[in-house]
Amino acid sequence: MDASTPFATADHSPRASRVRSGRRIADRILILASTLATLLGIVVLGSILLMLIVEGVKGFTPTLLTAPTPGPGSEGGGIANAILGSLVMTFIGIVIATPVGLMAGTFLAEYGRTSKIADIIRFLNDVLLSAPSILIGLFVYTLMVRPMGTYSGWAGAVALAIIATPVIVRTTEDMLRLVPGQMREAGAALGAPRSLVIRAITWRAASAGIVTGIILALARIAGETAPLLFTALNNNSWFNANLLGGVPNLPVMIYQFALSPYPNWQSLAWAGALLITVTILALSVVARLVIKDQRAR
Amino acid sequence: MTALTQSIAVASESGVPRTAPSKTSDRLFQGAAYGSALLVLLVLAGILGSIVYGAWPAFSEFGFGFLTSSAWNIGTEQFGALPAVIGTVAAAMLALVIGVPVSLGIAIYLTQLCPGWARKPVAMTIELLASVPSIIYGMWGLFVFAPLFARFVQVPVSNLVEGIPIVGTILYARIPSGVGVLTAGIILAIMIVPFVASITRDMLDQIPTVLRESAYGIGCTTWEVVRHVLVPQASVSIIGAIMLGLGRALGETMAVTFVIGNANRLSASIFDPGSTIASRIANEFNEADGLQLSSLMALGCLLFIITFIVLIIARLLVRRAKVA
Repeated sequence: MDASTPFATADHSPRASRVRSGRRIADRILILASTLATLLGIVVLGSILLMLIVEGVKGFTPTLLTAPTPGPGSEGGGIANAILGSLVMTFIGIVIATPVGLMAGTFLAEYGRTSKIADIIRFLNDVLLSAPSILIGLFVYTLMVRPMGTYSGWAGAVALAIIATPVIVRTTEDMLRLVPGQMREAGAALGAPRSLVIRAITWRAASAGIVTGIILALARIAGETAPLLFTALNNNSWFNANLLGGVPNLPVMIYQFALSPYPNWQSLAWAGALLITVTILALSVVARLVIKDQRAR
Repeated sequence: MTALTQSIAVASESGVPRTAPSKTSDRLFQGAAYGSALLVLLVLAGILGSIVYGAWPAFSEFGFGFLTSSAWNIGTEQFGALPAVIGTVAAAMLALVIGVPVSLGIAIYLTQLCPGWARKPVAMTIELLASVPSIIYGMWGLFVFAPLFARFVQVPVSNLVEGIPIVGTILYARIPSGVGVLTAGIILAIMIVPFVASITRDMLDQIPTVLRESAYGIGCTTWEVVRHVLVPQASVSIIGAIMLGLGRALGETMAVTFVIGNANRLSASIFDPGSTIASRIANEFNEADGLQLSSLMALGCLLFIITFIVLIIARLLVRRAKVA
């Protein structure tokens, strides 16, 4: 605080301090309270990580990554099917979301900049970005699960894609806007059509930022549980690449197993929770570092 | 850059006269971009449409009474939204009351007080809180926080206020199990803190340093700079950030489902179990059909209306907040 309040603390004469004691107390309270608030945040993150490590490491058995989830009350088993199912659905989700997000972001940054429709879409994209994921689950349930008559991996992947898309739209637009206009003009001066300028120059210049958006979207959907409850659901069988049925996945497995009465299921839930959180935190750290790098350039 | 020069060079070297450069592919590209952008609009409309469609049987059966009824009886097929709506609003309000001061404190610490070398790591730590999946907050809340909360807060407070009118009702836990509306509010508060804090910090950072320096120059304390210079400058965006946090708190599902206790009745005590719209949908959806399923959809419809109004106001106030 010394560096930021060089003048406030300069006067220490008794008279001045009597006059100012009220202000000084208010100042001290603010400094103390905001430091405590920050410490609180750090302690909570530390406590969550500590809990995950302590409980999660106990669940790390030799078969954790090789065996499928066991039945109720039985021993052993692992979470391999849930990991595989999560990976497949997340991957399909990102594969659907990336082209849509990339093109929509390109429209907002390159074509629509100031048009009315771009303003509306930009705004709605921001709203969709913070929309409750449970509503997206209900939407995909009505759109796919009910007509198809079964919970399915495809429905889960579509729900995840809808959550990932606005993240990619947003970062793509932000990153394309950072590309200086002269680069586009230079391309246009060479006689390149606009689409070629965008693909060969603007996208390339913003590529690190765009990839970051995709990583952020991955981090966002990897832990999503609520929409998968109504779309992919879960099962204990080996995931057999049939996306037309329920697909085992980590978040729903964690939800069901953590609240189950069986100690074996609970310890598998903790191991899964540790695995998924570490993955997501690592992804977000990488994404943030890359984005800072891009902004700094 | 190389790809462009190459493709242009290749075109001229091959001797083919460059016709007006591929107008159709240009058009296709722009069309694809436009179409993808419109898809965003379509998805939002689809969400609203599908939920209203699913909720229609419940709305036509119960009419306006759905909002005011607190029944939730699967046997007699009587359903009402009141307890879930009140639970949602109560938990979100508690989250704001607890979370907003903490968020502002963090933002002030990061912009005004934090030594330069610690600024990045501390900001990163707070932002990482936003990436923790909500189901992990649920587990932390249920297995770590709730037992401590029951032992050190619910039991002593309940003993203290027992018999006192009003306070004794609001703060009395019949069964001090640690789960309940207040616990949900606290967990939600922790979840919204990183969002509100980082948006507020960005807004405070955008205020010109000159304003701050001149205030310090006439002898203001940090508190006075914050109170009279920073807060008035950033107040609109801070309110927007708070609304954004509110939107999150209203729609949060998994964390709340773990710690709210999932009771279907109304209770005057914030220590008692309750339920929110989202937690009830998450709990009952897979076993529901017929009118119950439709009533859950109707709850979803109410959640859609409430959160989208909040989010739209928030976004109008904070036009370009971070993704996080």
